[in-house]
Amino acid sequence: MSHDDVIDHLAEIPAGSRLDEIRRARPDAREHAQQSFLALLEPAAPGALGLADRYAIAAYAAILHDPSPERSRASAFYLELLADEADPALVAAVADAADAGRASGPYGGYREPDLRGEAVDGPAAAVDRRAIPAPLAAALEHAHLLVLHPRDARPESLRALVDAGWEADAIVSLSQLVAFLAFQLRLVHGLRALAAAPAAPAEPAASDLQEARA
Amino acid sequence: MTAIIEHEALRRPERFTQRGLGWVPWLPPVPEGELTDVQRHALVEASRSTSPYFRLLARDPEALRARTLTDLDIFGNEEGGLPRWERELSAAAASRVNGCVFCASVHARAASRLSGRGDDVQRLLDEGVGARVDERWDAIADASAALTATPSGFGAGHVERLRAAGIGDAGIVDQISGAAFFNWANRLMLSLGEPEVV
Repeated sequence: MSHDDVIDHLAEIPAGSRLDEIRRARPDAREHAQQSFLALLEPAAPGALGLADRYAIAAYAAILHDPSPERSRASAFYLELLADEADPALVAAVADAADAGRASGPYGGYREPDLRGEAVDGPAAAVDRRAIPAPLAAALEHAHLLVLHPRDARPESLRALVDAGWEADAIVSLSQLVAFLAFQLRLVHGLRALAAAPAAPAEPAASDLQEARA
Repeated sequence: MTAIIEHEALRRPERFTQRGLGWVPWLPPVPEGELTDVQRHALVEASRSTSPYFRLLARDPEALRARTLTDLDIFGNEEGGLPRWERELSAAAASRVNGCVFCASVHARAASRLSGRGDDVQRLLDEGVGARVDERWDAIADASAALTATPSGFGAGHVERLRAAGIGDAGIVDQISGAAFFNWANRLMLSLGEPEVV
């Protein structure tokens, strides 16, 4: 991968632009968002959660974040990473599974008794084991839970992963991968919306200057 | 094979709260005495070795370290942008929408401490992100809630409203980053364990 910064690449932030300057004013956040990408999507030692599985999960999660069946720049990016590691039939099966799983989140129930009135129903994913190997299918079902209805997670959700052959280390990496993407894709979405909004005055607002000194 | 940990007798919270909560894992954390040097380095702050949450995440040390350093800069960097309490408000609003009672308790408490507006923060917890406070607060809460939806509903209208409330683009990036980061944290806290009244 040649992208120095995947968030800049996905949000199409040109070097030297106003948003580039703003991102660089939080240098650790910028640097370690990229290090998170590398740790989760290009790890030197992937362990039991192999690269092809990571790209399948990422492509699936990215498509679930898309507002329409049309692929966003981010989901096209993760589908390309998957296509480099997996055969076309699996790429198509993962994309189909994601399209079938699209819904509006966050929904889900509450364990807390006073919040039960706020419960919102929604679908759980059922990924076709004929098209996708069972361990990956279980991982995608968990990704669907995390992306769309994370408050429905229970110990049984993790037991389903263990039953599919995943051990604790891989479950932590899988959870971090999907949760990181929930961050990265929102940051990209927000930065794109900000870049597309009519330009703000060139000078910072007076209230910002006051805040900087506060 | 990994053993899932059930907590049958746990004292669970009944609603959102600003009180300090504990958190118990459903997967075995790395025991404190067995943390490797790489895992300790990944904790960034040595005191985090007492936390079962961070010791569980230490199973993937590279991801934990990068995540922690991202977190500390988004919420702790005092150079420009949004006042810290408003970044905490963004985090609390995202956590309220996702239903993460643990994360909401930590960041609602931080927002209260940094702003002195504990009653307003409590309304966010009790009534939800739709609680109306003032134009700037509401703009931040609504933008954070919209960003938290899947697919994200954050758009030009939110940017315009944040700007009209006196927030510059660096502040808007802090609001986006704070809310986006809690979409990361909420998913870990909600899916790897659960909160406990302590």
